[in-house]
Amino acid sequence: MDEFDTSKLDKIRAEVSESRLKQKTCITICGGTGCHAYGCLKVAEVFKEEIKRQNLQNKVDVRTTGCHGFCERGPIVVIQPEGIFYQRIQLNDIKEVISETIINKKILDRLLYIDPRTEEKIVYEKDVPFYKKQERIVFGNNGFIDPTNIKDYIALDGFKALVKVLFDMTSEEVIDEIKASGLRGRGGAGFLTGKKWEICREENSEKKYIICNADEGDPGAYMDRSLLEGNPCCVIEGMIIGAYAIGASQGFIYVRMEYPLAVKNVTLAIEQAKKLGLLGKSILGSEFQFDIHIFKGAGAFVSGEETSLMASIEGRRAFPKQRPPFPAQEGLWGKPTNINNVETWANVPLIINKGAEWYSQIGTKKSKGTKIFSLVGKINNTGLVEVPMGIKLKEIIYDIGGGIKDNKKFKAVQTGGPSGGCIPADKLDLPIDFDTLTKAGSMMGSGGMIVMDEDTCMVDIARYFLEFSQEESCGKCVPCRVGTKQLVEILTHITRGEGVEGDIKKLKDLAKSVKEGSLCGLGQTAPNPVLTTIRYFRDEYEAHIKEKSCPALVCKDLIVYSIEPEKCVGCLLCLKSCPVGAITGERKKIHIINQELCIKCGACFEVCPPKVAAVLKYTGKKRDRILKKDLKQRAKE
Amino acid sequence: MEKVIGEFDKDQRELIHLLHEIQKQFGYIPAHMISQIARQLKISESEIFGVLTFYKAFTLKPRGKHLITICVGTACHVRGAPKILDEFKRELSIEPGETSEDNLFTLEAVNCVGACALGPIVIIDGDYHGQMKTREVDKLIKICRQKNGKR
Repeated sequence: MDEFDTSKLDKIRAEVSESRLKQKTCITICGGTGCHAYGCLKVAEVFKEEIKRQNLQNKVDVRTTGCHGFCERGPIVVIQPEGIFYQRIQLNDIKEVISETIINKKILDRLLYIDPRTEEKIVYEKDVPFYKKQERIVFGNNGFIDPTNIKDYIALDGFKALVKVLFDMTSEEVIDEIKASGLRGRGGAGFLTGKKWEICREENSEKKYIICNADEGDPGAYMDRSLLEGNPCCVIEGMIIGAYAIGASQGFIYVRMEYPLAVKNVTLAIEQAKKLGLLGKSILGSEFQFDIHIFKGAGAFVSGEETSLMASIEGRRAFPKQRPPFPAQEGLWGKPTNINNVETWANVPLIINKGAEWYSQIGTKKSKGTKIFSLVGKINNTGLVEVPMGIKLKEIIYDIGGGIKDNKKFKAVQTGGPSGGCIPADKLDLPIDFDTLTKAGSMMGSGGMIVMDEDTCMVDIARYFLEFSQEESCGKCVPCRVGTKQLVEILTHITRGEGVEGDIKKLKDLAKSVKEGSLCGLGQTAPNPVLTTIRYFRDEYEAHIKEKSCPALVCKDLIVYSIEPEKCVGCLLCLKSCPVGAITGERKKIHIINQELCIKCGACFEVCPPKVAAVLKYTGKKRDRILKKDLKQRAKE
Repeated sequence: MEKVIGEFDKDQRELIHLLHEIQKQFGYIPAHMISQIARQLKISESEIFGVLTFYKAFTLKPRGKHLITICVGTACHVRGAPKILDEFKRELSIEPGETSEDNLFTLEAVNCVGACALGPIVIIDGDYHGQMKTREVDKLIKICRQKNGKR
């Protein structure tokens, strides 16, 4: 029985590689959510139609794959096996791609990525600077796999780790291997995964559960989604291995409801795995049985917290619980439960296949392996990047990310979402791992990395995150419910120019109380954005409070828009764009903004051509002068 | 309606699945259904009310014909999402979570849709509009209105 079932996997592998041999060329189209937004589905459809029309189906395969990571340049098309990288592809490019590149083997220059630094055109995916410093051990297969077809995963050695575990390893050996690898939880806190498994394994209970936490709530972080959407089987394989090690018979994947494509692809993968005997009773003919259910979240940030998530699965409000007892002792329905994040599960098959020794060579002393970050914000190359732990922030932002958008000045990078903090420019040499980030006042979190430039107001950012945490606070414990509300109020006053002396101290004191008194991770970390911005950008707080000015020109109540008479060419653009008719003027005559009517929407600022740049923002004393002049002007009229 | 509810097991663990299903089929959770759900799952009405008002996925009021979703995730925030949201609020005279009087629009602010490269981003009835500018807000609303023969 054993032999038969594992040989089935080998057979699939052989079948797929044989068909791939025939179809030598493969056009892969990135199908991540970023590229979806750019219209990649239509691109894939047209490619398929065109291949059929030209009768090339037997030679060329068209595959919609998981996310390639380089969202900035979508829709992305990579032609394999050469790895030719075409970006920002449009529907009318497709015919030519087929006739020129596929048939005549000619590269289409205009679709290539141009390195903005050297202005060199880059032909192959592996040479694109965005990918060069990455180490895509978890995320790399995304670009080759059609996530709706489990056979693609099997062909790339999928479920080999499972076979190894089921037939050659005891559950203790599996846990020892994971412990030896040094893998730490990728959800944020960084607890040792092997240790966590061991605690749950040692609990004496007939029924145990495991959970995959895919309630990726941090705004600006979407790596878990890309894994689930692009390579759901690696997460499933990791979970089956974990269940075997822990002795669990049932698993749940808790997916955020905002991720419909992830829900769809995981559901499909589970169905296919069941059909192949990889899930269910007697997995691959062994005595081990395990099943996975999908649970769609319902839109609550706090349900990413482990005890809240379990309450949610039980059909209740997502309220956190006091610990101990820990979930490993009393979790879902009071039974021992092990919960890990998507990326953690995805690392498991890799460690089993290649060994703990190989894995532990990547990364730093205390943080092993790689981490996927979503690099977003004011950065040139937005996308998902997988890098070895210990890489410097600078390398991610400048070498991979291509630097700051529009040649602006870097101000800070925010990691760890609403629980994290802002790291300033002088800390860019920091090697990234769990411990260094915590030391800098921030945290790894799930891996969001939001880059901010000189046009970002740090007080506004602190207010933004606190408002987020306050809204998402479940309300169970007082320090979090009331404390975050007060923090938001003080910060809002400051951004409105109503801040008073002593506010900074008040913020710090209150932040400390909220951190110490809150029941769960949400409240315990919610003040971090305030504390780090005060620590590194105190001058901005002081400018808001003392001078009533916003140095980054963001806070609406502290700025004015005004048209420089010497620069205005009287083109009517701003006048036409103003939604409230606050701008007066005629063609070739200087335009003027009526400050009383102006709602500060910024439309005039956006449309004024960069060459002219007559619409400017002012704060502080200059703002006061402009307002005074405006009053006088209207008194005259 | 009874059919939808009747398909679920008599257990609290089914509650969120059930609410998702009703929200999907009706576009909201009609208040009068709460007692039926309570009977089916053998839990109290207050428990159900607590759960459905806790999660953002469920609404007790019907939504407008067009759903306007504005991403206010961090990446979109630093790229100017607050201005876009303000402009929608002003144009439609509603706050996020509300529906316009003519039942044409529901405005929704969400935390990150994960298309950060396109920020600030607005999703109208499933269509993504990336790199939004304040002056484009009015155009998008007009297009929706025109579809409904209104000006």
